[in-house]
Amino acid sequence: MYNKNNTLFIYCVFYFAFLYIPVLLLPIFSFNDSFHMVFPLKGFTFDWYIQMWNKSRLHQALFNSIKVGIIASVVSTFIALFAAKAFTRYKVKFHGLSYGAILLPFIIPEIIIAVALIVIWTSMGLKLGLIPVTISHILFCTPFCMLILISRMEGFDKSLEEASMDLGENSFWTFWRVTFPLLLPGIIASLLLAFVISFDEFILAFFLSSSDQTLPIYMWSQLRFPKKFPHILALGAIIIIVTSLIVMTAYWLRNLGQGKKKDFSIGI
Amino acid sequence: MRTKNYIKIKNLSKSFGDVEVLKNINLEVEEGEFFSLLGPSGCGKTTLLRILAGFEYPSEGEVFFDDANVTSLPPNLRPSNMVFQNYAIFPHINVQRNIEFGLRKENLSKAEMGERVENALKMVQLEGYENRYSNQLSGGQRQRIALARALVKQPKVLLLDEPLGALDKKLREEMQIELRNLQKSLGITFIFVTHDQEEAMTMSDRIAVMDEGNILQVSPPREIYHNPKNKFVSQFIGNINILDADLKSIANDIISISVDGFGLMQLKNHQNIIESDQVNIAIRPEEINISKVSDSKYDCNFKGKVKNISFYGESTYFYIQLDNSEKILMVSTNESKETFSENDNCFVNFNSTNLKIIKD
Repeated sequence: MYNKNNTLFIYCVFYFAFLYIPVLLLPIFSFNDSFHMVFPLKGFTFDWYIQMWNKSRLHQALFNSIKVGIIASVVSTFIALFAAKAFTRYKVKFHGLSYGAILLPFIIPEIIIAVALIVIWTSMGLKLGLIPVTISHILFCTPFCMLILISRMEGFDKSLEEASMDLGENSFWTFWRVTFPLLLPGIIASLLLAFVISFDEFILAFFLSSSDQTLPIYMWSQLRFPKKFPHILALGAIIIIVTSLIVMTAYWLRNLGQGKKKDFSIGI
Repeated sequence: MRTKNYIKIKNLSKSFGDVEVLKNINLEVEEGEFFSLLGPSGCGKTTLLRILAGFEYPSEGEVFFDDANVTSLPPNLRPSNMVFQNYAIFPHINVQRNIEFGLRKENLSKAEMGERVENALKMVQLEGYENRYSNQLSGGQRQRIALARALVKQPKVLLLDEPLGALDKKLREEMQIELRNLQKSLGITFIFVTHDQEEAMTMSDRIAVMDEGNILQVSPPREIYHNPKNKFVSQFIGNINILDADLKSIANDIISISVDGFGLMQLKNHQNIIESDQVNIAIRPEEINISKVSDSKYDCNFKGKVKNISFYGESTYFYIQLDNSEKILMVSTNESKETFSENDNCFVNFNSTNLKIIKD
């Protein structure tokens, strides 16, 4: 018999409230006609959105973040793809050690990486800016991408690649005709995850970006001025909507071209 | 009719690390032959098949296809195709494109390609399934698609890795006949790996029985059944009674042998047994008759007691405790004129010519 468990239901309600209410405050206050983020709400306004639209430094920061995010996600997914192939398909020497070494940036605090990179970069006499930020983001994103792609790679049957070889394709064509399309949902997941990680990464960008602000650095810099605060709320609201759209697109892409198969999880 | 040996395997060994999975294999398979590799799991049969396909390379020895040395050739350059145990149907493309997969390099026009695919589907009786995906097919259908995908390449050799293992009994029996008919009509050499002795028996022209990396016997099914070369082969194929025996002497091709439960017997030496050989005496259950009184039609009659009866429909198995031995004898009849029940006294009778002398 099905037993309706009220305690668990209440727990779930609280849990979701805890997760989402703080996030939902952002879009609510972004339409509030006041500089201060306090209830009761004063009135409805689009002013903050209009104000945001006219900030050219914000445009520049957004553009920087997208540029860094795209390069970092593509490069780290690319590196992770080869690493995943090696770890799952070949006998790698010192398997455990090299696996651990690649996943190490997971554990090393970001601030240590940031300090180390700033020392190396400046001692080579190079200028800080978006290039070292991008490199540090690649370093930071690769382990995440690798975990996604390795689990994806382990999830599909090795005999599919063998079947392709058996039907006359060499390893290059086997990769493009079988491995790549089967990995595609994982590759998309990896790209999106790496982009999102890079997009909201603060510490590395803070240390390495110099005057080329990324979006999180710009937002942080604006918080010092109370009058500039509301348009950050507007920006935050837009980011929430766009990110949700990206995730939904990924979900939709994932179901595309797979027949009706449901077990291709995106693995974010 | 003289057919030539298409596949030749010479002095082939394969080790994975310290484990030797194939030990000095020599084998020749004729063109157009249905050849089975039969053995328990871990006997090396799948490794041997994968070496033929090119997925594994032998540690020692050579493989020839049609007198060309293919030992180090990768799978994509071999004139063989494989049907995988789990079928390996590409899940991201439909049946049509699965079957077309291997035809990319043949530069066929769209019409020719369509025709090839259609014929392949007709061959496996799955016309109209072009647009299905792997997950919309049953196990049996996947198996047929895997077969069509391999055969559309018109291979010289088709390698099958336990392709019927995952199907239920009835479908498996249908597919056995279908595969056999397909092989006959195409005239392609089939190398069929299985652990199911019945499957090997019903389909093959010849069977190689394998155990622990060795090929123990290569013979047609009847030969393997009636003249197994050793104890392992005799026990692996069908049911058999094995009796301990003590070889006394050999004179003029007549062997004197003391058999557990049967006493001292004189048997003809068919298999070049020498006095130092360790031997057993074997007899198939259907070669023994059961009766209430001794039957003078047979030259051997022994008294015993019915311990158990198992009824299988087309045959009945009697397990009989011999009076002068610990041994329980298996006897099968399709229909016994006399009815027996458990604990009845009975006679087992057979002709001594049916007794097989089997090396250990």
